[in-house]
Amino acid sequence: MLTVCRRILLAAFCLLLLSVCPAPPALAQESPYFVAYDHYLEEPGNLEIEYFSTFGTQRGGNDFHAFWAEFEYGATAWWTTELYLDGQTTFDDSTIFTGLRWENRFRVLKREHFINPVFYVEYENKSGADKILKEGEGHDVESDFLVSNAETGREHIHEIELKLILSSTFKGWNFTENTLAAKNLSNSPWEFGYALGASRPLALKASPKRCTLCPQNFVAGAEMYGGLGDRHSFGLHDTSHYLAPVLAWNLPSGWTLRISPGFGLNNNSHRFLMRWGVSREINGFGSMVSRLFGGRK
Amino acid sequence: MKAISAALGVCASLLAVSVLLAQSRNSNKPSVDAAPKYDPAIIYAELQKAPEKARNRANPLQNDPDAVAAGAILFEQHCAECHGNSAEGSRKAPSLRVPEVQSAPSGALFWLLTNGVVRKGMPVWSKLPEPQRWQLVRYVKSLGVPTPAAESPTAKP
Repeated sequence: MLTVCRRILLAAFCLLLLSVCPAPPALAQESPYFVAYDHYLEEPGNLEIEYFSTFGTQRGGNDFHAFWAEFEYGATAWWTTELYLDGQTTFDDSTIFTGLRWENRFRVLKREHFINPVFYVEYENKSGADKILKEGEGHDVESDFLVSNAETGREHIHEIELKLILSSTFKGWNFTENTLAAKNLSNSPWEFGYALGASRPLALKASPKRCTLCPQNFVAGAEMYGGLGDRHSFGLHDTSHYLAPVLAWNLPSGWTLRISPGFGLNNNSHRFLMRWGVSREINGFGSMVSRLFGGRK
Repeated sequence: MKAISAALGVCASLLAVSVLLAQSRNSNKPSVDAAPKYDPAIIYAELQKAPEKARNRANPLQNDPDAVAAGAILFEQHCAECHGNSAEGSRKAPSLRVPEVQSAPSGALFWLLTNGVVRKGMPVWSKLPEPQRWQLVRYVKSLGVPTPAAESPTAKP
């Protein structure tokens, strides 16, 4: 009962924050990806508050529901900073808070090119019970999740994660490729991973009328991600890989809904991952905070 | 519990840093209300940097009867926050109803919208599909430069 309450509390806190915030919402033109990143950063001064869930099946163990909140802030037009708070429920086990992440993305080039690089650096302070599967890395496999929360919750992980995001937009399509290198700071080898994504709005021209269900508000695509081993054994053996269709619905009210059923591609992967999320972009959050403390309008 | 405390600590630190940054940015400038954060001339000069090929591109939606209406909605959703509801400019971004913008070729406006002025705070808008960027250009060009008579009531404090 207590575990369910914790989960409900986190979701309720995020939704409350999203709905009562007095700043004007912006129509988010969000990408539909859950794991892959494209080269578009948060608009300067805007804050995006997001809540995501992943339900995963587990062979030989208990299914799980991992969830996380994201606070994504556009510090400048070339720098976005983001804080994550993660948790998970393993059915017939427990619900626990699994840690936090601080992520930064930097746009490298001033102008738009055919391929646009973005540099990503993240610090993770999490427990071994983390199950959000926000990336595939190293030799992570399904059987890692068989250990109980009581045991994995005691393991503390401090990790630095670097990504090179290469993204292109061509005739309405976005194609992105992310290469990942992660280092557990407790003397573990560098681990590697990848994510690929492609997506496109259902319509390229905007409607001359305000509408919620117009095709241009929907962005559909697919992403694929997985591990590439580590420094000592680079490659695809003993790694997990997923393919997931993705869909985002950008509502005119500033909300974005995302959904993605994911499918494991080999025996090391979870058979099925169901992801969904809700987010809201708040315009001018930086100015609002500044005004609260006496800044100018 | 320790991790939750750490998370709250990080949240508080981030908030404090953003407030301090905002305050320091404000305190470095004279306290004149609505003083812009930018030099409009520098932003307008970016239009001149559009390559010849981009400047010469014609708007494929020039004769689309819906382009201005669609562009107006897009402007309200994505641009008004910084450029003002009527594109008159604000402390964050310059007016688009000035001769520098209105007399610029559609291709140059499209190029600027696509590439942004990232180091000066304007993000790239290539995430809007090409037809939507052309719709925005049509709308911006339809605004024109306000006449002095129409400008005077709002110009007075």
